[in-house]
Amino acid sequence: MQKTYYDPSDLKKFGKISEWNEELGAKFFEYYNSVFAEGKLSEREKSLIALVVAHTEQCPYCIDAYTKDGLQRGITKEEMMEALHVGAAIKSGATLVHGVQMMNKVNKLEM
Amino acid sequence: MANSSLKKRNNTLANANRQLEILSNGIFSNGELPTFKSKISETNQYPLKAKTLEILQINLGYMCNQVCEHCHVDAGPDRKEIMTKETMLQCLEVIKTTKAHTLDLTGGAPEMNPNFRWFVEEASKAGIKDFIVRSNLTIIRANKTYYDLPHFFKTHNIHVISSMPHWTKGKTDKQRGDGVFDKSIKALQSLNDVGYGMPGSDLKLDLVYNPSGAFLPANQSAMEKDFKKALIEDFGIQFHNLFAITNLPISRFLDYLIASENYEDYMYALVEAYNPNAVANVMCTNTISVSWDGYLFDCDFNQMLSLPVNSPIKHISNYNESLINNREIVISQHCYGCTAGAGSSCQGTVA
Repeated sequence: MQKTYYDPSDLKKFGKISEWNEELGAKFFEYYNSVFAEGKLSEREKSLIALVVAHTEQCPYCIDAYTKDGLQRGITKEEMMEALHVGAAIKSGATLVHGVQMMNKVNKLEM
Repeated sequence: MANSSLKKRNNTLANANRQLEILSNGIFSNGELPTFKSKISETNQYPLKAKTLEILQINLGYMCNQVCEHCHVDAGPDRKEIMTKETMLQCLEVIKTTKAHTLDLTGGAPEMNPNFRWFVEEASKAGIKDFIVRSNLTIIRANKTYYDLPHFFKTHNIHVISSMPHWTKGKTDKQRGDGVFDKSIKALQSLNDVGYGMPGSDLKLDLVYNPSGAFLPANQSAMEKDFKKALIEDFGIQFHNLFAITNLPISRFLDYLIASENYEDYMYALVEAYNPNAVANVMCTNTISVSWDGYLFDCDFNQMLSLPVNSPIKHISNYNESLINNREIVISQHCYGCTAGAGSSCQGTVA
């Protein structure tokens, strides 16, 4: 048994999840591939969204995968970092906007 | 960034046999990854056979004004291997009779060969349909003796194919050296000025994109759109097509992969992206590569790995096209570079 929770080489084995449930695994990968195909949004735009979500979800596999995917698409490191701040802004905004709930509660409880 | 070739630095990877050992050992000898031979055997594509010759590619020498990080030729200013006029005369005999529709001059920087212009003038008389010169662009701005190259190319209706790894200065200079981006932009503008790359122009100007690191190229047409948009908006530059070429794990790129501990992951990525449809159209099946000293190879990569053609004809001096067609292609694990994803060749994707 490995001594750490994450092993970079496990990313290569992602496809193996289908081995224990072929039907749902196949459906997932079909869905996944359809999502990333070019539509109203370009594959490049979708790659940047995926990179940001990878960070907000803090998934190391996804960060590896979509950093590499971005480089392959010619996305620059400056563009990647700019996109990341969108995720960071939403994460911090999501924290702070709950402050309204805190303020409401304080206002209700205090005399 | 190194400013001399692996050969000059006495790096062990300057030795073709050492490169072939690395490509056959480790993950390919312990069964972790299939060899290229066993992979193409799965789809009954082994042995890989040459078809009718379409492209005659001639390497005029390994000398170059640049020392690019990824160069599979290990080219640079310190390389002295240059095609002689005698070998050029032998090539011209072949150019006059070949059934190939494309003549493709490469290097190094082919323009640095002292007999380059004479050779182009003579070769253009043969009237080959598509006459390509692979120019690194910066040579056009290297010194004033080269400034008129765009006019020279135009006079002989040369199809110019140039490397341009990215539309931003940072990524370009990191791969190709400081100042390369600005000089390349000036060179592209001077080519545009004489009509190269303009919409509808017969003066063909195509760009080659190589990834600047241990990753594969993305979709060629999507990259082409991004390149066109950026180059026209930022610099008013136009070109015709973008060829996305995968970096093959040999020479300086292999050295980089090993030093940066990316070699195994890169080979995994190539094998995972293996596409049997690309095998059917891989460039060695319609190309012959001639080295600076006149020897024949299945491709420029095999030339650098010292893997000669599997044919009784080994040298341009006793060239015989009918004996070269249908030969068995010499392969090793570097061949995965040409069969990944949409495939890769000197003319871009193949599948």
